[in-house]
Amino acid sequence: MSPEQLLSYIPLIPAAGALVIPFFASRPNARETVTLATAGLLFLAILSLLSQFMAGARPEVTLWQVTPILSISFRLEPLGMLFACVASTLWIVNSVYSIGYMRGHDEPRQTPFYVCFAVALAATMALAFAANLFTMFIFYELLTLSTFPLVSHSRTPEAMRGARVYLIMLVGSSLLLFFPAILLTYGLAGTLEFTQGGILAGKTEGAVMGILLGLYAFGIGKAGLMPGHFWLPAAMVAPTPVSALLHAVAVVKAGVFCILKVVVYVFGIDTLHQSGQGEWLIYAASFTIIAASLVAMMQDNLKKRLAYSTVSQLSYIILAAALATSASILGGGLQIAMHAAGKITLFFCAGAIYVMAHKTEISDMTGLGRKMPWTFAAFLVGALSIIGLPPLGGAWAKWWIAMGAIDSGHAMILGVLIVSSLLNVVYLLPIPFKAFFLPAPRLQSVGAAGVELPDGLERKYWMVVVPPCLTAALCVVLFFQVDRILALLAPIVSQ
Amino acid sequence: MIAGMEGLLTHYTYIVTIFLMVSGLFVVIARGNMVKKLVGLGCFQTSVYLLYIGPAKILGGTAPILAPEYSVYSNPLPHVLILTAIVVGVATLALGLALTVRINEAYGTIEEDEIFARDMVEHANSEESAS
Amino acid sequence: MSAAPGFELGHHLPALQVVVPLIGAVICAMLRNGTLAWGWALIVSVLTAAISTMLFVAVQAGGTISYGLGGWAPPYGIEYRVDLLSAFILLIVSWAGAIIMVYARQSVMHEIDAGKRAWYYCMYLLCLTGLLGIAITGDAFNAFVFMEVSSLSMYTLIAMGKNRRALLSSYQYLIMGTIGATFYVIGVGILFTLTGSLNFVDIAERLVTMQMERPAIAAITFLTVGISLKLALFPLHSWLPNAYAYAPSVTTSFLAGTATKVAIYLLMRIFFSTFGEAKVFEILPTTTILVLLSVSAMIGASLVAVFQDDVKRVLAYSSVAQVGYITLGIALANDLGLTSALVHIFNHALMKTALFLAVGAVFLRIGSVRLHDLDGIGPKMPVTMAAFALAGFALIGTPGTAGFVSKYYLAAAVIDKGWWGLVFVIAASSLIAVFYVGRLLEAIWFRAPGALAQKASDPPLSMLLPIVGLSLAVIWFGVDTRLTVDVAHNIATMLLGGVK
Repeated sequence: MSPEQLLSYIPLIPAAGALVIPFFASRPNARETVTLATAGLLFLAILSLLSQFMAGARPEVTLWQVTPILSISFRLEPLGMLFACVASTLWIVNSVYSIGYMRGHDEPRQTPFYVCFAVALAATMALAFAANLFTMFIFYELLTLSTFPLVSHSRTPEAMRGARVYLIMLVGSSLLLFFPAILLTYGLAGTLEFTQGGILAGKTEGAVMGILLGLYAFGIGKAGLMPGHFWLPAAMVAPTPVSALLHAVAVVKAGVFCILKVVVYVFGIDTLHQSGQGEWLIYAASFTIIAASLVAMMQDNLKKRLAYSTVSQLSYIILAAALATSASILGGGLQIAMHAAGKITLFFCAGAIYVMAHKTEISDMTGLGRKMPWTFAAFLVGALSIIGLPPLGGAWAKWWIAMGAIDSGHAMILGVLIVSSLLNVVYLLPIPFKAFFLPAPRLQSVGAAGVELPDGLERKYWMVVVPPCLTAALCVVLFFQVDRILALLAPIVSQ
Repeated sequence: MIAGMEGLLTHYTYIVTIFLMVSGLFVVIARGNMVKKLVGLGCFQTSVYLLYIGPAKILGGTAPILAPEYSVYSNPLPHVLILTAIVVGVATLALGLALTVRINEAYGTIEEDEIFARDMVEHANSEESAS
Repeated sequence: MSAAPGFELGHHLPALQVVVPLIGAVICAMLRNGTLAWGWALIVSVLTAAISTMLFVAVQAGGTISYGLGGWAPPYGIEYRVDLLSAFILLIVSWAGAIIMVYARQSVMHEIDAGKRAWYYCMYLLCLTGLLGIAITGDAFNAFVFMEVSSLSMYTLIAMGKNRRALLSSYQYLIMGTIGATFYVIGVGILFTLTGSLNFVDIAERLVTMQMERPAIAAITFLTVGISLKLALFPLHSWLPNAYAYAPSVTTSFLAGTATKVAIYLLMRIFFSTFGEAKVFEILPTTTILVLLSVSAMIGASLVAVFQDDVKRVLAYSSVAQVGYITLGIALANDLGLTSALVHIFNHALMKTALFLAVGAVFLRIGSVRLHDLDGIGPKMPVTMAAFALAGFALIGTPGTAGFVSKYYLAAAVIDKGWWGLVFVIAASSLIAVFYVGRLLEAIWFRAPGALAQKASDPPLSMLLPIVGLSLAVIWFGVDTRLTVDVAHNIATMLLGGVK
């Protein structure tokens, strides 16, 4: 298939999957086969597209010319390619994991769950390929809407409340800030097409640019820049596969991806760097990095702690965008992939612990490591990658961002990075350590947690244990294969 | 003063019209009795008839009959229009009164505030039975 | 029968447009039997829709059609004048009438007593006559007569609601509507004294040479206020929520889809092809007033909608807000603004009708439209509620739906004027729409079914088809904007170039 065809068909693959899944509602096995087949097909399509992309193909398609100015168009560029690769790869793992989790947990409404998941992936793919701000905006909103039923999956009042916060914050910020920002961009630049070097280059300067950057940075609420991050912990009411999807695969990554894309193709790295209007964003992002880590330390609920960790880690990418140097942009791109692999591992582990031991609070997990060694080993690897230790993928991302900070003359950012890594150590590592090295408490808390756990849990629930091990392995692989990703990303920064 | 008086005298049809118009509208707004409201509405509508007819009538003029003995005609068009408007007004009044009768049957009163009060009671009752 | 009846009939299409439903209404009243009357009314309304379609095609091909009623040449006789704007409105109103008529049978059987059904259809056709008449006539006073024909029959249609409050709502609407119509006729009277003519085109020609002196200003003020009452411009909207809420479902759908739209048409006619944009917007502070009121409607009425417990009332207040979008487009008085207003007239008619029809189906099944009675009804009547969700998304302005197209043009118009603040108002209003639509959808789709919702199911096919058809049209016109935007753009050009 020609790259143009591939580009226009790829978002349709999960969409088609979403249409087929309901027909197998009464036959779970067939239904899950459809999900897995869709995920596999998507992955193959992306791989095929990737090989053509590396051979230099830059396909472009316009699907629908809405008005003379607005169109739904896709164009393949390095960031989108990377994002699509990350999302499609992790979707396969996540699908396997979802099956294990949803069945292990006897969740109701599984069919709508898989449908919405597929729709969310379709929106993510389209978002990754967006050729202009309009397309991006539309699929950004579609992603929010399609994940709403996922977040509210359990339908308890608490879940509904969380989902409402999720929807209102994301839709609200995008309508009140992101949308006007797009209009303002159109007013200034006269176009909405993403262009190498930025469409605002030479079109504006000074405070307007700073304001516009602010509208984008806070308007793209999915990026979780403080104080617009509340939706993320609120969305933790979702089932764990959804949290993994939100945090590692689609939603938050879509947010930072959009910000990176806006900085690279709307503002232009050089334009933004020279104008100095990104300065405030550097500090805002640094603040978020540190503050979110501090909040994470105080959370006893594992998923909440991971959520705040995500808020913190996302701001690395915003920081990278704000620094606006070649090295930092590369680092931001790397962080999308590396953090995805690391964070999905952690979430998988959190879910696996919940399925196997019904524990959600970190203080209850002491001594669990002996019952579920693989799970906690994977957790450890994921945590180390997030912290940024070699030989794990996360190290490269932080390295390049640090390089960018030095390039742009913000040496103090190094301090932020170091403090943040230390905080990561403090709030992530005790979890596996306590699980492995401390004995299980004699006096167990009441309820499900009080039951003595049987052996062989990990064998019984292999479907939720294998995925985190795979993604943990991926963290290692990514460290050694980083040059490939850099080769993929290089065209963004080479003029 | 003189000019003012003169304006008053030359425009007295307008003054009458406007007086009727405003008093009619006032009754519609200020009265809670549904029949009285309709009376006000009728007054308001009637004032418009005058607004049309007033300027159309010429003293000493006749209907536009083409005959050598008549030379001054009144404009017939407003008269015709107002004939239509009167029909419309009567229809509106009839419908309004019919509704008032039905409201009286349904609520047992045609005072607006009492009707609202009874609806409130009904609403409260249905809330109670629902919960 | 003459040798070439087709030609003859084709020539008389403008008269037939009004006469067919008028005669149809009279025959309908004589039929007595509800089902028979429905069949007849359906034939008549489809025929009416066909005539409007032919007129629309003819106008698009050959330009404005002028028809002297009874053979009296304008401006002396009453002129039926079908330009593109009229044809567009005729198309919306007559098709809304026909589509709702398909739906009406089951709903009316459920909500109207057997003895009154034939009368109901008679009133429906009369109302259709009046609305079409307003849109087709070129005579200011004739428009008043048609306005009253449509209003009086509409009051009756509302009063037939089962709840006794329907009577009260009808009465209140009657008072407000009559005041509005009388204001309008006062305005026409002043214009007539000023220019000696009642024909819109003729008045426009005579006004060109006149200054905007006190009588003209008084005239336009009366006309604007009168029509604003009819189109429920904030804060003159107080009659609307009750009328929508307590009327029978069919009435509500018809009212929401057509009545306010026709009033907006009349306002455009007065503003742009009678007085002319220059006189209305440059000499008078119309823009400021209209923008302020529109913004208040878009924000205020939307906010009120969020706190309603009755689904019909939510949608009713949303209508007030949506009218704000349209009047904002008019107030901008530029090409894009008018385009957006016209497109939104069409799109809003589409989505509000779909929404109210879906709510009518709910009422048919569970006999209530209170929000908490709708909890979890989505899975019980999936097709209806999926259509409801689609139309709801359009109401928010989600891209890919018709609602987005009109909002996009409105935003473009606002930017064209350089009024950036209003962009935020549009965005904020859309956000509030997310709240009130989201509240409905959450209850419908995401809650456990209540006692009433348990027994619900999708309505009969005759009701389902219009609902599904309209909601698919909402998507269709969100994707294919040729019909709406191109026509609206041509109309906007015509209106702005109409009076020098």
